[in-house]
Amino acid sequence: MKEQRAVAGNRGADVRSDCYVEIELTNSGGIRLEIQSKVAVLFGESIRQLIREVLRFFKIETAQVTLEDSGALPFVITARLEAAIKQIIPTDREFLPELLPENTVTTTRDRYRRSRLYLPGNTPKLFINAGLHKADGIILDLEDSVAPAKKDEARYLVRNALRTNNFYGCERMVRINQGERGLADLDFVVPHYANVILVPKCEDTDYLSQIDQKVQAIKKAKGLDYPVYLMPIIESAKGVLMAYEIATASPNVVALAIGLEDYTADLGTQRTREGSESFFARSSLVNAARAAGVQAIDSVFSDVGDQEGLRQTVMESKALGFEGMGCIHPRQVPVIHDAFAPTDAEIEKAQKIVSAFIEAEQKGLGVVALGSKMIDPPVVKRAQKTIAMAIDSGRLPENWRATYEQ
Amino acid sequence: MNNKLVKNALGRLVPTEVNGKKAVPFKGVGKYKPDYRKYAPPVATMADFPSGDKRVKDLKTALLKAGIKDGMTISTHHHFRDGDLVAVQIFRIAAELGIKDLVWFPSASFPCQAEMIDFMENGTIHHIEGSLNGPLGRYCSEGKMKGMGVLRSHGGRFQAVQDGEVVIDIAVIAAPTADPFGNANGVEGPSACGLLGFALADSQYAHKVIVVTDNLVDFPCIPWQIQGNYVDYVVEMDKIGEPEKIVSGTTKITKSPDRLLIAEMTAQLCLEAGLIRDGFSFQAGAGGTSLAITYYFEQMMREKSIKARFARGGSNQYLVKMLEEGLVDYILDGQTFDLEGVRSMRDNPRHRDTSPFTSYNYHGKGNFAQFVDIVILGATEVDLDFNANVNTHSDGYLLHGIGGWQNCLFSKTVILPIPLFRDRIPVIRDAVTTITGPGELIDVIVTERGIAINPKRKDLLKALKNTKLPLKTIQELKDEAEKICGIPEKPKLGEEIVAVIKWVDGTIIDAVRRVIV
Repeated sequence: MKEQRAVAGNRGADVRSDCYVEIELTNSGGIRLEIQSKVAVLFGESIRQLIREVLRFFKIETAQVTLEDSGALPFVITARLEAAIKQIIPTDREFLPELLPENTVTTTRDRYRRSRLYLPGNTPKLFINAGLHKADGIILDLEDSVAPAKKDEARYLVRNALRTNNFYGCERMVRINQGERGLADLDFVVPHYANVILVPKCEDTDYLSQIDQKVQAIKKAKGLDYPVYLMPIIESAKGVLMAYEIATASPNVVALAIGLEDYTADLGTQRTREGSESFFARSSLVNAARAAGVQAIDSVFSDVGDQEGLRQTVMESKALGFEGMGCIHPRQVPVIHDAFAPTDAEIEKAQKIVSAFIEAEQKGLGVVALGSKMIDPPVVKRAQKTIAMAIDSGRLPENWRATYEQ
Repeated sequence: MNNKLVKNALGRLVPTEVNGKKAVPFKGVGKYKPDYRKYAPPVATMADFPSGDKRVKDLKTALLKAGIKDGMTISTHHHFRDGDLVAVQIFRIAAELGIKDLVWFPSASFPCQAEMIDFMENGTIHHIEGSLNGPLGRYCSEGKMKGMGVLRSHGGRFQAVQDGEVVIDIAVIAAPTADPFGNANGVEGPSACGLLGFALADSQYAHKVIVVTDNLVDFPCIPWQIQGNYVDYVVEMDKIGEPEKIVSGTTKITKSPDRLLIAEMTAQLCLEAGLIRDGFSFQAGAGGTSLAITYYFEQMMREKSIKARFARGGSNQYLVKMLEEGLVDYILDGQTFDLEGVRSMRDNPRHRDTSPFTSYNYHGKGNFAQFVDIVILGATEVDLDFNANVNTHSDGYLLHGIGGWQNCLFSKTVILPIPLFRDRIPVIRDAVTTITGPGELIDVIVTERGIAINPKRKDLLKALKNTKLPLKTIQELKDEAEKICGIPEKPKLGEEIVAVIKWVDGTIIDAVRRVIV
């Protein structure tokens, strides 16, 4: 006889904003609910109603459901319950929470990706306020930060979060698993407005192409027309050598990222503060990314307490040609943004160039000149980008031209 | 109990009688005018203290000499916070003597005093008038206490003693240093805890005063924050408290990114509203978010070369650092929250001790809280009129005492930095479970999702209009929280009143109902 009992979710003293659910299909007695909730006084009745609604949706008429709730939001409760139900009832039906209009915002190829904040995909308490810390992107991680036994249930949580957890304008990225599991992960994220798929431990073009094809197939089947970009993560010696091929394997690749923990392990060495062991890899990756016309994104800095070390690392990163870095804690975001922000000298130079460009345009001149020096179009474009970033990081007022004197 | 309920000025139903005494309902801020004289204890005579040496053998002897008997009110103080070793000893002795129906009148209670539940169970203690939290809060909330709990602010406690609303039969003051005459202070000795300000009223108004110390020095004990002229008996014992426990869990800067964000927004708001300016003053208190705000203030002040005239304690290592660096001229301290605070108060003449009389008493000719420009306070709930609750959890359980919270509402700008919801529990409610302070005195709510300014503060609204700060109405914040958390159901509480919340003038601002278990 098939297993009639399943569990999902987390419980324990340190667990917050999550729940643990146990369901047992029974032969009679209707639906029996046993609910222990930290918020029972204020939400007990609505939690009961929600559970009954999910059970009805999956056509379950007789079951015992036990919920241990530590203040989970409704989308977490339904994700946990669905994950448990699907272990015992095979069905393609999905109990989807409401899609927030804010979460249907699509992305662009060249938006800033200075910071991307990793969120362990099975830890809902970290989702709720993640967007408030103003990282350029958040990553719902299905891979390394999720315990192997929890990988299935994390998918439902990440799916629901993509639909209904407000990330306040951050680009919404998902790091999928490797291999077959990674391909299957796509079904849970592509239809729900994921902006970028992070593909871990990428070292050949075949797998990336499979990912790309599956993304396109899902979009076609569901009639979705928003872009879903790819960010392969290079984490091995072979991957570094293949970086350019990987970056050009699909037109949907927007960035190459490097993961140094696994890379240094692959080399058989240790990651150091100075980073001489990874200099070749980082430089190669930047070069490959530039050659392919995509962004180069650096690894994470893992000592959350060391803000000064982080600042120095970002400065080095910027000097090598990287345009962004991973974050494992929200407090790293402002440091990274600040360090990637243009310096006063860079801003001053960019202001001169952009002003000269605007004046040339107003005068109908085809050529931009600064003094006796001609300015090439790519230089103008870079200066415009510098100005935009200076404004974004609060270093320059939006109307700087009003008070600008050369 | 035949107890008529009346609606007070905030529309809350409150009792007209508390523990057999007539009670006045809250009439509005500044509306209740006392027309009586202060309470006075019996006049003493030097003839009863021929040598001036007031030492007795032990605490039991002192209590017996003080005439301990059924129904008396006994006061203690929380200078050691969760490290107090004296209060429970008093009631152990009382229980052993078979004394019943005492009223315990602490300046605050802490989890280390959970044993008081046993004394309520066996009848030694009738009820507690003081903060009720942790196990004691549960006990009272579930209706198990014989009398009604009475919660007062630090200033309100002084007022109640001064006005004779509470007559203290025996005050027991645990003092880190004392002399045989009874002069005492909190800055010297192995158990130094800072200051003894909360015991000031008790020393002046109690019928009998016992000083208990583990560091007896020859006369004179200098400085003497407690004057021996008020003291009846001096008791020496091995250890009166564990000063390392005055550092409670809330005296380190928060590491929570969400709380740091709220702290940063709060500091930014103060800066942009022009409140952080040369000669300003502030009070941030303990708690991780408050300490983070102090830290951000410090950064801003250093960067902009701004000095504060004074900061109000609870002092802590961060405030002490600012004093020593010259960023603030004075610390006016109500209690020390860590041992750095104790050291500074002892050694630095610019770090002054205060008392609830100087700082908070509403029935006096003004107090120090009026001079504070920015005060940072907490709250568990706030309603759409900015009325706030610090006493009960949303499920009705008593959770916190009032402390100086109500008294600080009279500062110039009152800011509550609070998360918009905790787990799933929204902070902004249609009606708060308990009103601790009226909304007309609360100016700003800072949450991670936006800042609500009381519409009464047109000056602040104007000053912040063109900033990048996320200003919203309190209704917008409430809607945003409910969109995420859902609309909370109304908690069901019993009819029976288990405790009352006193306003700073002794009137009753709200009543706490029994929790249905």
